[in-house]
Amino acid sequence: MTAEIAPAGGGFILETREVSKHFGAVKAVDRLSISIPRGGMTSIVGPNGSGKSTLINLLSGTLPLDGGMVIIDGVGLKIVKAYETPAHGITRTFQDVRLFDQMSVWDNLMVVLTDRRLFPALKERAKPAYKRRAREILESVGMWEKRRSLAMDLSYGQRKLLEIGRVMALDVSIYLFDEPFAGLFPKMLERVKGILKDIRGRGHTIIFISHNMDIVRELSDRIFVLDSGTLLAHGEVEEVLRSPDVIEAYLGA
Amino acid sequence: MATYPHGNSRLRALAAGLSGSWRMSRSNFELWANLLVIVAAAGFMLWRGTGFAISLGTFVAIWAILAVSLNLLVGYTGLLSVGHVGFFGIGAYTMAILTSNPAYEQLRTEALPIFAWPFFAVLPICMAMAGLVAIAIGVVFNRFRDDIFVLVSFGFAVIAFNVFLNWEGLTRGAFGIHQIARPAIGPWVFDDEVEFLLLVVFFLGLVVLACWFIVTSSFGRVLAAIREDEEAIAVFGYRVVHYKLAIWVISAMMAGLAGGLFASYTTFIDPNSFILLESILLVSIVIMGGLSSIWGSILGAMAFVLLEEGMRFVPFLPTEFIGQARQVVLGLLLVLLMLFRPQGLVGRYKL
Repeated sequence: MTAEIAPAGGGFILETREVSKHFGAVKAVDRLSISIPRGGMTSIVGPNGSGKSTLINLLSGTLPLDGGMVIIDGVGLKIVKAYETPAHGITRTFQDVRLFDQMSVWDNLMVVLTDRRLFPALKERAKPAYKRRAREILESVGMWEKRRSLAMDLSYGQRKLLEIGRVMALDVSIYLFDEPFAGLFPKMLERVKGILKDIRGRGHTIIFISHNMDIVRELSDRIFVLDSGTLLAHGEVEEVLRSPDVIEAYLGA
Repeated sequence: MATYPHGNSRLRALAAGLSGSWRMSRSNFELWANLLVIVAAAGFMLWRGTGFAISLGTFVAIWAILAVSLNLLVGYTGLLSVGHVGFFGIGAYTMAILTSNPAYEQLRTEALPIFAWPFFAVLPICMAMAGLVAIAIGVVFNRFRDDIFVLVSFGFAVIAFNVFLNWEGLTRGAFGIHQIARPAIGPWVFDDEVEFLLLVVFFLGLVVLACWFIVTSSFGRVLAAIREDEEAIAVFGYRVVHYKLAIWVISAMMAGLAGGLFASYTTFIDPNSFILLESILLVSIVIMGGLSSIWGSILGAMAFVLLEEGMRFVPFLPTEFIGQARQVVLGLLLVLLMLFRPQGLVGRYKL
């Protein structure tokens, strides 16, 4: 085990220390150190290929770290294992919405609500408490009527909603959303915004990636700008977006 | 996998568990596929007479145990294993060696060690042996998935066959093991064909129940999620390798059980019963019947045995071509099925 108690976190819920990820010669994330305070919404922006998604993949254990350390709520990890992340308090959505396609909407939700241990899971049929929770979530994302359809038969917007619903089933402190607003029409966009605000309202920390600057301005309490796998700027939204470096690298105007 | 939010109908859930999906069973194709196979099987059995029908039924039941257990891997978990015959062989050889017949062995110069244990004591050992080997290789196989997994399971089938063929001190190699004991409880020996058929059907029933229990549980739902997206389900706190190992071992134990029954039924085994081709045929049965469908695997086993035995009676076919012709017909059927109905006879999922 690589867990160890890191030096005082200073109110940060999630920190990276010199985190790196290389794909061959490409440095997707290059010795990146960021500190994200507890609560609120943090947005990560940057041009395509700047390492935003890679960073989320590293934080959620979907990709192994090449170097550095991730500190989640004071616990330092040199190896982040995907199956341990919920226990550390992290969950995520994927940029290319990854549902369990040939399973029903209902099963997509129930599967993350059940016992994680093998033998209890073998004996377990749908528990009333889990079913209630699943119904609550499906109703809150407006998918209750669709519960019997296969996930593969849903529209793109519905798939996004279901994926967000699926992470809501986990009661963790940090939610990572990889482009939750991409490709949605305005009504759906408002709905997703509402859900995210709702999660924030319950005291959870939200970190999201977005290319939509209006939404970033509207929602985020702080912003991190990545460029070529390194941190270009961070801080209060308006301030950062006005800085010349950021305008040159990202906004290009 | 199907779970019903309004769990108001147990019958519906039962039907769903057995046939993979309630909704699909309404489709006409399924109805006709079921009718065709069952009527053909019944007609064939009536035509050939009772004795033939009983032996056919026994083979169907043994293949069905194998197919249902393989479906746990291929259909429910998405692990396309072509090494299932290895576990089948381990079960069969365990049965053959541990029940070795003293009267027969004493007449031979290279005799097998004489255990002469009773059938019902050995049957659990057949399962345990297959399970132990499955644990040992499963720990390694767990690293692979998709096409690489197919290749390593292929490797296992080849290795298992070569062990059966070349470990002559234990398996007597190509000569095979003869006079394998039939089951007996005290003085009551299951030497009657009907008794054996009932015994095999009883075990098939147990296997079906076990599978149904597994695939309708929360555990089964996680297996389906692993089939759909291994990385995504891991993020939700599931240790995928444990789930895959567990179902791999359970499936192998069921194949070991089928092996034990097979050895005792035929009373003679040699390595030729455990070649890779048998594994491929088994995968074909599972896909033909329908992935993620217990009834599909049973139906697939029926269709397969029917086809295999039925070819024997095609009038204009020379005897020496029958073996090959079977495989050609089966292969052709599989290609047609994949073209026009990729989910199999009664299945719902695609590979």
